[in-house]
Amino acid sequence: MWLTETDLEAIWLTLRLATVTTLILFVVGTPVAWWLARTRSRWKGPIGAVVALPLVLPPSVLGFYLLVAMGPNGPVGQLTQTLGIGLLPFTFWGLVVASVFYSFPFMVQPVQNAFEGIGDRPLEAAATLRASPLDRFFSVALPLALPGFVTAGILTFAHTVGEFGVVLMIGGNIPGVTRVASVQIYDYVEALEYGNAHRLSAVMLVFSFLVLLALYVWNPGAKKR
Amino acid sequence: MQPIRPVLIAASLLASGSLSAAEVQIAVAGNFTAPMKAIIASFEQDSGHTVKASYGSTGKLYAQIKNGAPFEALLAADQERPQLLEEQGLGVPGSRYTYSIGALVLWSTDANKVEDGAALLKSGDFNKLSIANPKLAPYGDASIETLDSLGLKADVEPKLVMGENIAQAYQFVDTGNADIGFVALSQVMEGGKLIKGSGWIVPGEMHAPISQDALILNRGKDNPAVTELFVYLKGEKAEAIIHDFGYETE
Repeated sequence: MWLTETDLEAIWLTLRLATVTTLILFVVGTPVAWWLARTRSRWKGPIGAVVALPLVLPPSVLGFYLLVAMGPNGPVGQLTQTLGIGLLPFTFWGLVVASVFYSFPFMVQPVQNAFEGIGDRPLEAAATLRASPLDRFFSVALPLALPGFVTAGILTFAHTVGEFGVVLMIGGNIPGVTRVASVQIYDYVEALEYGNAHRLSAVMLVFSFLVLLALYVWNPGAKKR
Repeated sequence: MQPIRPVLIAASLLASGSLSAAEVQIAVAGNFTAPMKAIIASFEQDSGHTVKASYGSTGKLYAQIKNGAPFEALLAADQERPQLLEEQGLGVPGSRYTYSIGALVLWSTDANKVEDGAALLKSGDFNKLSIANPKLAPYGDASIETLDSLGLKADVEPKLVMGENIAQAYQFVDTGNADIGFVALSQVMEGGKLIKGSGWIVPGEMHAPISQDALILNRGKDNPAVTELFVYLKGEKAEAIIHDFGYETE
């Protein structure tokens, strides 16, 4: 095997982080996307802008704020300490929290677009058939928005795999806990171990291409609907 | 005729300007940022030259220089990288010298936390110990060597968190996420005393000296201002600044 043991550990950690983040965002992001798609509130604009912030903010800004907020004197840090969880930086769950923020728009926006694409009519039709709001959501909206969920899931997963700046700032580079593949590559480059950097980078390149290929192959099929 | 005059004036200004004042573009290791800024300000005032400095980790600067970055000199955080550049023919032979020797300090933002550093490390009375990545940063290397000398490396290992450079090792402690950390004395010292918190300066015999070398690169070969800067760096004024920030010189 030409990847080292620590490389495999970093890849495994990266995949775990991306999977957990994507699953959490399905649960957290869907209600937000639904609200943004259906609401006529004047808060739609501001909330939509907040959701899109991580697209624009440099990871260094997000990482810096998270490091301070999750520290012992920050609001999040005080909350986690009161709850007996301890401090989040340098832990796997700290990375999960950071990734959830960082990848939030990648989940919400495609799902929101899919919900908006359904329009009012199918939902109104279901309502005339006496479907409850919950029933309308689960039996009508969710299945119709499925392509949007697939896109959102793939994008969120891939974006978390590609995360670097935020992890670098709050991770502490602990093997098996916070040293993800992108950080491992950075270490190799910095330490002049270009051979190792090349091998792991190639794996990331091929992986990213395959993920995006899956996304683009899936998408035309969704549009034919 | 009208439009020609301003052009001529501008041209003559530019020409006369380039005779006396030149520009120097240098790469500087992150740990030396604060003293270098002070030295540059002083050098610019005394010489009339302009210095453009890029600060970063030595590994990154090395990679950039190897790939054609327009730096005329490198002030590294170690001896290895400047030596490699010199051997590869990317530097001016014989220009390499040790411009500073760093000191390591075990530091906490809590004014009462660190008294006897060795005893504190032994007691385990801290949540995390922040260090610079020993693979990348000489200060990280020295931190591990210190733990080795104390015979505590295995005990402390589960509590280690690593910054990619010494600035980040400092950041982890400064934000309170790690109780203590090994940082560069230059980061927590100004005018000969600690800026805040408490610290234990690691005795020099506990780790190999953190010697930092500077090298004139090929691009700076024909720029007399670069040579002037190096002479200035070895001079009294610069040396005083370097000492002020907690570094030794040879």
